[in-house]
Amino acid sequence: MDTQEKARIQTAFQEKMDYDELMNCTRCGFCLPSCPTYVETGRNEVHSPRGRIALMKGLVDGVIEPSEEVKESIDLCLGCRACEPVCPSGVNFGRLLEQARDAIYQSKKPTLPEKVMKGIFLKNIFPQQNRMIGLTGLLSFYQRSGAQKLAQATGVMKLFPETMRTMEKVLPDVPKRSAMKRRPHHLQPLHRNRTKKVAFFSGCLMDTIFMETNDATMKLLQYAGCEIVLPKTQACCGALHGHSGEMDHAREMAKRNIAAFEEAEVDYIITNAGGCGAFLVEYAHLLKDDPQWHERAERFCAKIKDITRVLVELEFHKQPLSLPEQVVTYQDSCHLKNGQKTFMEPRQLLEAISGVQYVEMKDASRCCGSAGIYNIVQSEMSMQILDYKMEQARNTNAKTIVTTNPGCLLQMKLGIEREGLSKEMNAVHIVDFLLEAYERANNKEVTNQQVAASQV
Amino acid sequence: MLNRDVREKLIAIVGENNVEDNNASLLAYSYDSTPRYQTLPDAMVAPRNKHEVSAVVKVCNEHQIPIVPRGSGTNLCAGTTPSEGGIVLIFKHMREILEIDEENLTMTVQAGVYTKDILDRAQAVGLFYPPDPGSMHISQIGGNISENSGGLRGLKYGVTRDYVLGLEIVLPNGEIIQTGGKLAKDVAGYDLTRLYVGAEGTLGVITEAILKLVPQPETKQTMLALYHDLGAAAESVSAIIANRIIPATLEFLDQATVQVVEDYAKIGLPTEAKAVLLIEQDGPPEVVARDMEKIASLCKDNQAFDVQVAQTDEEAEQLTAARRTALSALSRLKPTTILEDATVPRSKIAAMVKAIGEIAAKYELTICTFGHAGDGNLHPTCLTDARNEQEMELVEKAFAEIFEKAVELGGTITGEHGVGMMKLPYLHLKAGEHGVEAMRRIKQALDPHGIMNPGKMFDPLTKQSKEMEK
Repeated sequence: MDTQEKARIQTAFQEKMDYDELMNCTRCGFCLPSCPTYVETGRNEVHSPRGRIALMKGLVDGVIEPSEEVKESIDLCLGCRACEPVCPSGVNFGRLLEQARDAIYQSKKPTLPEKVMKGIFLKNIFPQQNRMIGLTGLLSFYQRSGAQKLAQATGVMKLFPETMRTMEKVLPDVPKRSAMKRRPHHLQPLHRNRTKKVAFFSGCLMDTIFMETNDATMKLLQYAGCEIVLPKTQACCGALHGHSGEMDHAREMAKRNIAAFEEAEVDYIITNAGGCGAFLVEYAHLLKDDPQWHERAERFCAKIKDITRVLVELEFHKQPLSLPEQVVTYQDSCHLKNGQKTFMEPRQLLEAISGVQYVEMKDASRCCGSAGIYNIVQSEMSMQILDYKMEQARNTNAKTIVTTNPGCLLQMKLGIEREGLSKEMNAVHIVDFLLEAYERANNKEVTNQQVAASQV
Repeated sequence: MLNRDVREKLIAIVGENNVEDNNASLLAYSYDSTPRYQTLPDAMVAPRNKHEVSAVVKVCNEHQIPIVPRGSGTNLCAGTTPSEGGIVLIFKHMREILEIDEENLTMTVQAGVYTKDILDRAQAVGLFYPPDPGSMHISQIGGNISENSGGLRGLKYGVTRDYVLGLEIVLPNGEIIQTGGKLAKDVAGYDLTRLYVGAEGTLGVITEAILKLVPQPETKQTMLALYHDLGAAAESVSAIIANRIIPATLEFLDQATVQVVEDYAKIGLPTEAKAVLLIEQDGPPEVVARDMEKIASLCKDNQAFDVQVAQTDEEAEQLTAARRTALSALSRLKPTTILEDATVPRSKIAAMVKAIGEIAAKYELTICTFGHAGDGNLHPTCLTDARNEQEMELVEKAFAEIFEKAVELGGTITGEHGVGMMKLPYLHLKAGEHGVEAMRRIKQALDPHGIMNPGKMFDPLTKQSKEMEK
């Protein structure tokens, strides 16, 4: 790091950090045991929430200057925000982290993998759903055409880092390009009177690679009596941008989404990805300095609800639900739990399924190491965290690990593959699991015609 | 910065990975939980066993480099701030529970074991380790011993000191000694165990401890008593004890504290009460039932407007857990929270609470009070902003008065947090000039180069020698 760069970063810290929030930390240390990187580094204070806040404050105060080690501390943070619910002083660590990353990355050259990931994905693909579809379409072609088998057979994949290699194996079979282009925009309740009018935040990844999970989400909402609107102009939530210090891009996405959902006039805006939801509820904070948008953002945030929350509210779990006998465990989505305080509802839903023996795994709420693009840019730490997670999952003897976020889902699949457990264990998104349980218990596999008929 | 020669020597002892002196590491070990104190050390060193501790101490003694032993850095007296640089000694590799001896009811542990883990392990075999400082789920036993930490159960069960039977200590010259043992009685020579408990790391490094365990109490019950008036709550405390009942816990919280704790914990605390007592009794079921009934009626006699008994273990656990967060939760209200722990004989609680209120009013400061009323240990906490220099001066004056008042009532300047840097200027109030001088001589005899946690507890030089230096 050269002198000029150091000076740039230091100034950026002084400009961007919320000093009152930094002062809020009393350094009591209550956050330490909740922090996965503090635990995994064998209690290194540098890699703890208290340490990171001290570093941020140290940079602002000029007690230390920016260095590779300081940057590493900020980089190695998962952003899981497990430190927030245990903080008696109520420090908003997630926000401080975003400000710090913003300060570092607007003035620092990223490493090559970061640059590639951010350049391609954050700026060009996630914000544009048609490009998302295009990219996923390529992936679909890769999987269907035999190219995947060829690549795996020839060993071309060995050229990629281990995480990416395994990730390639566990990606779901993605939908065809034509299917992704043909998405519904308005749906009526199925078999029930209307209970709520909701909008569905379909997300960028969820509506392409995980399209089936999105379909399942909508069906569940329909069964729960919801009328569903899907605004055409909605876009990526901007979380991946925000978490990697691309705040301006994140704000742009926020405004597009607020405008898109305002017109819908709904009771709730439903998400099925913990990561997106936690970022959506931060829009008001993100736009707090923008008088034109702040109030609109607050109204938007108040409507955000995770699918599990709305299902419990509409008493979906009191209907018959059943699956073949099995042990099931749940991996919390950090951002669903710490960002949206939703952790009872998924468990309540799972426990309501007859045939399911729910076994809580140890440290279920500890991050799985997926954390956005963390498992690619901080692969070593991510895998260390994942190994611990899989050990806990195995101890439950679960056949199924249920998650509530696409990143966690892929990471769990990755863990299962890495441990060679793919024959005895499976990872699913909670909505896919619930839909199967509902349709099995109620004997009604809804045909596509029926769904089509429900479209307005 | 360490000179290269010393750095090489330390690396040769503990390995390259266990000496850190990059700027991030230095900053991360420059503070503890005490506001307004921060100094960068020259290095962080993490020895892997007692022999490495001994070797590190020898090098430091030879080169006269300060050593600050540090657990999780949760103390509140600036006791582990490396105010004179040197090395911060970390125990992350020394965190084994070495033995539970169910015949002698002892546990042998390394310095880096978390306090909560000691309690959990003891409870797993039907035993009990009572000391429970507020930060017990993260504090390390080495730190607890060095600070002689108290907690919520001090009234009935005593403090850390009462559960340390023996120690393994690395002396400032690097020699390793063992004190005490698995013994109920032992009068062989000076009681060095007691000397080192609460020595704040100024006399050597504690590497291992033999702890006393007691049988796990059969049951416990928790209740809240609510008051419209601070004084009435304080009177209840005196009444309970005067009636020959020793509850396991008898905590006092004022309204401001209850409100912020509720804001964080959201468990339905009575925020309308001006003062709340949190009372816990443990023991055989019939004794607990009898005591709780008696306590409830004593509280009502002393103007409690409501008495609520926790219906389940979970509810009880929530209440005590919430109380533990009081300090940090208070910090939500203002940027800086400065906490003291003036302690008085428990018969003087009401007088002390009243005095704190008057002093706060005199200096126009917001001082919330909570604490271990049953053992006379109060935590007046000033909510302020370190950036407001004028107000900070008033805060210091107010606390000086609070200390004087406590001593005047037969109390002390610190009940459980330690002296460290924070109360160094006030030690003479409690110990007297001759008392401080006696401590100074002990320090001089054991640590002639003054390498062990310098700048804490008292000034190393007497007034006389300072004058001579001039």
